[in-house]
Amino acid sequence: MRDALHEIVEEFADTPKELRLPLLLEFANGLPPLPQHLIDDRDAMEPVEECTAPLFLAVDVAPGEPVRLYFDAPQEAPTSRGFAAVLHAGLDGGTPEEILSTPNDFYLSMGLDDLVTPLRMRGMSGMLARVKRRVAAGITTG
Amino acid sequence: MPAEFDATTTIQQYAHPERLVTTAWLEANLGTPGLVVAESDEDVLLYNTGHIPGAVKIDWHTDLNDPLTRDYVDADAFAALMRAKGITSDTTIVFYGDQNNWWAAYALWVTSLFGHADVRLLDGGRKKWIDEGRATTTDVPAPANADYPVTARDDSVIRAYREQVLAHIGNGPLVDVRSPGEFSGELLHMADYPQEGALRGGHIPTAKNVPWRRAADENDGTFLPLDQLKAIYQDEIGLTPQDDVVAYCRIGERSSHTWFVLTHLLGFDNVRNYDGSWVEWGNAVRVPIEKP
Repeated sequence: MRDALHEIVEEFADTPKELRLPLLLEFANGLPPLPQHLIDDRDAMEPVEECTAPLFLAVDVAPGEPVRLYFDAPQEAPTSRGFAAVLHAGLDGGTPEEILSTPNDFYLSMGLDDLVTPLRMRGMSGMLARVKRRVAAGITTG
Repeated sequence: MPAEFDATTTIQQYAHPERLVTTAWLEANLGTPGLVVAESDEDVLLYNTGHIPGAVKIDWHTDLNDPLTRDYVDADAFAALMRAKGITSDTTIVFYGDQNNWWAAYALWVTSLFGHADVRLLDGGRKKWIDEGRATTTDVPAPANADYPVTARDDSVIRAYREQVLAHIGNGPLVDVRSPGEFSGELLHMADYPQEGALRGGHIPTAKNVPWRRAADENDGTFLPLDQLKAIYQDEIGLTPQDDVVAYCRIGERSSHTWFVLTHLLGFDNVRNYDGSWVEWGNAVRVPIEKP
């Protein structure tokens, strides 16, 4: 797992249970806004159907360049924003290999499963699966 | 002592106006001793982003459901929850939440299983409160532990189980409050909720489909006026207030909303919520299914 993501997982796991949701909210609030080219071209973003709230993502992959991730979710959906922000903080700027080596169930170690229903947690794996698919496709076509 | 009732005309038109309050009433009554406001949302982080001043959070998943068995919490756990939220058996609880009070109605229904007397919904829920520019805060209240008796949960009056629903087919009306796509069996899950699926699609034989959201105004999320609710539930699908009605959806949350409408707004005497709903029925072996 990429170090940046591993540190976030550890940070959640080491946080007392009652403070984990506030921590997720801090991540949600820190999700960077979309760059202008994606605001202008929303069709370039992929909807993540595993999330219960509308969530969109885009991935930039270019040979020799760090992978860039972009996520968008409404303010009224802080949990989805929080999941997206964890992936962004943990994987944005990584190499394709680092991203593809992320375990699909990495989030199970965060200690959120008591707080967020397992069904909702799968929104996270849905996002990761789509990011990986795009990165893998970007390597072969790029 | 219970709080005063909301005398607003729009509230008074319903069969049990003591079960509903307007945003204006709530704002005027915030801080009244004996009144506790409780937020229950679909999104578990929403409360933390800002809530009605003084409101406590009741989480449908972690607070109301048993962590092991698919059932609600037991009497001890429920009493502990109420005590921690500063609620006594005399407290007026006003529930509100996101998504047209979807989860708030569920929390109200579960609270009703334990016989809590004075439970009300905030008409229009969280969205209306915020859209009207009323105050919110991120301060989480720390209520003093209250005294709440351990009261047995009574599942016999407003809750239905699979065997009872099976026996109900052909003997009383069933209302399926899911979306038309789920009702027809075209979708094996609710749109955008692919994880909460079933092996079989369709509906319980004889059920009539009235998606739960139809009971609320599309714009502000308040309940439709009484005559429009009657037009839907009584004229359109032929229910009468004396009927023994069973409502269901996917896991019993959307049908809690319809249960509230039929019981408290239209004044039906015998409405039960089948919380096993389609996640149970559509996965159960050898139960009958109808598909158009």
